[in-house]
Amino acid sequence: MTDPGCEKCEELLQDFLDRTLTNEEWALAESHLEECHYCRRRYRFEESLRRYVKLSAIERMPPGLMAKLEELRGVGGIDATA
Amino acid sequence: MQPPVAQRYRRPVSEAEPATEAQRIAREERDRARFEEEALGLADQVYRVARRLVGSREEAEDLVQETYARAFRSWRSYTPGTNMRAWLLRILTNLNVDRGRRVQRSPQLQPLEESDYYLANKLASTAGEEALEQEQVVERMSQDSIVKALADIQPQFRDVVVLVDIGDFTYADAAQILDIPMGTVMSRLHRGRRALKQRLAEEAVA
Repeated sequence: MTDPGCEKCEELLQDFLDRTLTNEEWALAESHLEECHYCRRRYRFEESLRRYVKLSAIERMPPGLMAKLEELRGVGGIDATA
Repeated sequence: MQPPVAQRYRRPVSEAEPATEAQRIAREERDRARFEEEALGLADQVYRVARRLVGSREEAEDLVQETYARAFRSWRSYTPGTNMRAWLLRILTNLNVDRGRRVQRSPQLQPLEESDYYLANKLASTAGEEALEQEQVVERMSQDSIVKALADIQPQFRDVVVLVDIGDFTYADAAQILDIPMGTVMSRLHRGRRALKQRLAEEAVA
């Protein structure tokens, strides 16, 4: 398989991590990553970044909100005349 | 005047096979309670997405409450066995768009779209190429700066990034929630992630 080069590898980065590449594209990326430190580091970085973004963005529900949601129960009523 | 036919022939509830009618009501009440419990069990995950779609905690709280009020009112339109989390988020994103409450980015922050390696390259240039090998290299950026960068992405791109990367929704779920084709989800996701990295490269990397 011919080496697609770093530019192509960069293009495949997101779909590679999302596991949405076709088999051919996957093989292309794999063959390049095996040889290329530069791209391998950047793929690994992207993986860590995604984890870190998620970790940073997650905020727990404020205390008290659950009780407010509980209070809304029953607004749907039931259909007693069907 | 004659009452409408349906009313004329409908017997009062008490006369209409009372046991069966009582059973039906009891069953409906059970179904509703089960629905409400399942929905409430997802509240933390619903809030997590809501929080990143709007600008403040207060707005996120309001949005989640409005979502649950509507969901509880329309519980019959939910099909049991389907993805309730996606169903709730569909209500939530619609309400959010209706209220025009999505975080508006400042107009001067129109990012050029840099390539996918841009942020990594920026970090490598300050911390060295080998730093990229370390898991902790991302921690050179503060968590606050990540949240801020996320808020600065254009809403249409951010919605997709938040649903997929923060909310763990599939492309298909995100497409259904936002009522856009899956190809649009994918292209917005790619562009949104690039925009996020661009903002981080500008703001979070010294």
